[in-house]
Amino acid sequence: MNTSASTRTEPTPTGAPKRRLTTSAMIASIAEEGQRTTKAPFGHALARLADERPDVVGLSADLAKYTDMHVFREAHPDRFFQMGMAEQVMLGAAAGLAEVGLTPFASTYSVFATRRAYDFLCLDIAEPQLNVNVVGALPGLTTGYGPSHQATEDLAILRGMPGLTIVDPADSVDIEQAVPALAAHPGPTYMRLLRGTVPTVLDEYDYRFELGRAAQLRDGRDVLFISTGLMTVRALTAAQELAHDHIDVAVLHVPTIKPFDRETVLREASKGRLVVTLENHSVVGGLAESVASCLAFAQQSARMVPIGLPDEFLAAGALPTLHDRYGLSVAAIKERVRREL
Amino acid sequence: MLSTQAPGTADPSTRRVSALQDSAHRIRMHALDMGETQGQGYIGQALGVADILAVVYRDVLNHRPAEPDWPQRDRFLLSIGHYAIALYAALAEAGVLDVGELATYGSDDSRLPMSGMASYTPGMEISGGSLGHGLGVATGMALGLRHQGSDARVYNLLSDGELDEGSTWEAALACAHHGLDNVTAIVDVNALQADGPTKGVLRTEPVTAKWEAFGWHAVRVDGNDIEALVAAFDDLRGHRGSPAVLICDTRIGCGVPMLETREKAHFMRVEEHEWQLARAQLTERHFNRPTSDRARTQEEGLAR
Repeated sequence: MNTSASTRTEPTPTGAPKRRLTTSAMIASIAEEGQRTTKAPFGHALARLADERPDVVGLSADLAKYTDMHVFREAHPDRFFQMGMAEQVMLGAAAGLAEVGLTPFASTYSVFATRRAYDFLCLDIAEPQLNVNVVGALPGLTTGYGPSHQATEDLAILRGMPGLTIVDPADSVDIEQAVPALAAHPGPTYMRLLRGTVPTVLDEYDYRFELGRAAQLRDGRDVLFISTGLMTVRALTAAQELAHDHIDVAVLHVPTIKPFDRETVLREASKGRLVVTLENHSVVGGLAESVASCLAFAQQSARMVPIGLPDEFLAAGALPTLHDRYGLSVAAIKERVRREL
Repeated sequence: MLSTQAPGTADPSTRRVSALQDSAHRIRMHALDMGETQGQGYIGQALGVADILAVVYRDVLNHRPAEPDWPQRDRFLLSIGHYAIALYAALAEAGVLDVGELATYGSDDSRLPMSGMASYTPGMEISGGSLGHGLGVATGMALGLRHQGSDARVYNLLSDGELDEGSTWEAALACAHHGLDNVTAIVDVNALQADGPTKGVLRTEPVTAKWEAFGWHAVRVDGNDIEALVAAFDDLRGHRGSPAVLICDTRIGCGVPMLETREKAHFMRVEEHEWQLARAQLTERHFNRPTSDRARTQEEGLAR
């Protein structure tokens, strides 16, 4: 948070001072006021896993502190390899470590893992089907730093890569359970990382992460939310609040984007409800199009409303402002549902 | 670097060099045979690196030909997938592949595709082809092997064209930073790439000084001089504390006079009637080679 003297406050209409929102880019948290949270769930989960599995190693491209990898580094310094600000060699080296029998987790920001080092992820890791787990922080719109850091198209980029498992976890519970599952999966994986102070929500829903499986978190007669990543947390809040307006909303959480749980999506989408997809990603090439193609190829139809980021380079700014502007906030979700019903 | 041994004496070192020259000759012959089955290919490069591969596979690598996945093996990574024809020839020479299988080169369902791929060929450690990948993977293998307490070494044959790729230099930085003295890079400097001579496409010289500036122990030799290669690898194996690079100046088409002087040498087209002529020139050159020192002098003369 910016607490410098230059920070100004502006009076709100009620007279109470309102803190001016700033980009506070790299430390922006996606947790909402009053939400239960867990610190660095990925780093702690990886360190715990490494206690049991001596083959687990970690790599970073000069972003260990910003991808929660520093927790692993402190717990297992002999199994952490710093590769410097060089994503291509980080993924190449992760492949080499896997080739000699180790199980690497390589973390950096999503934009660098996907846009910058795509060829290395593709040819060194995915083609030989190595157990390398790439962990990308700042997925979608989780930083106000603008297009250089906003990975709004990482799912679109990676869905075309044969054999790659893609996971977009919702909260700390999802991340903690996904880490050992990804290590146990023999092939390559990509996980979108929520780092730092991460909401803890799914433990209230009797939820277990299962690779490749969608999970019904809530039932409802009027609307079916199909959501992934941090938008599942928003979807749950929106569903609870829409119930006050007598709108009954089901929530289907899809943590694995690839392979896609077609069976569950087809079953749930066949029940005549308005289908609303929610994703922290461009509406091009992510969850919405996964659901749409799944329905189309099965010759099934449903009325679909895609909530996601627009097909454009996004603005820089404060995260809450941007989430409102681009329609990802709980208020924006509720408004959209009311409008579409 | 160069041996001071008097030429012509049948001491063990001369016998070692002579056996490796025979090995390099067979690799060249295999490459020409494979090239004929496709009518074209990276023949010039294969002939150029045959001496390096002969020394690596017959003299340097600790490996088990009958057990290509032996965990303690030294790794040899071919970054330059398009040099696969040369590596298949070397793998046959080393006993990893049957010589008979080379006849399937580039055919449908063959284990020997025109660009090298790990999933196809025993002894092929990585899929190359997209350049600038080999040294990064070598970095990870070397980190992993050291972490596991293995003495195995990692060799990566890359081309001077790969020095254009920034990822090669990312890996060079990482190897030096981590003190990976179990990594040996071998750079084939034939001074030619797809769009023409390297000095016109993207200047890479001074190559030795660049690696040294990145913290590598660098040695530069004539990559078509087996005696010099043997001496250099012996030196590099003893080096500790930093990764090492052997920069090898090679001659495209080396060993076949009519191909050494060919204009379009990067992807060489050899006419149907020329293959037998090429083999004849290769054999003539090999069996009439003078003693090693005189051979070097003569080849340097030809190259000028």
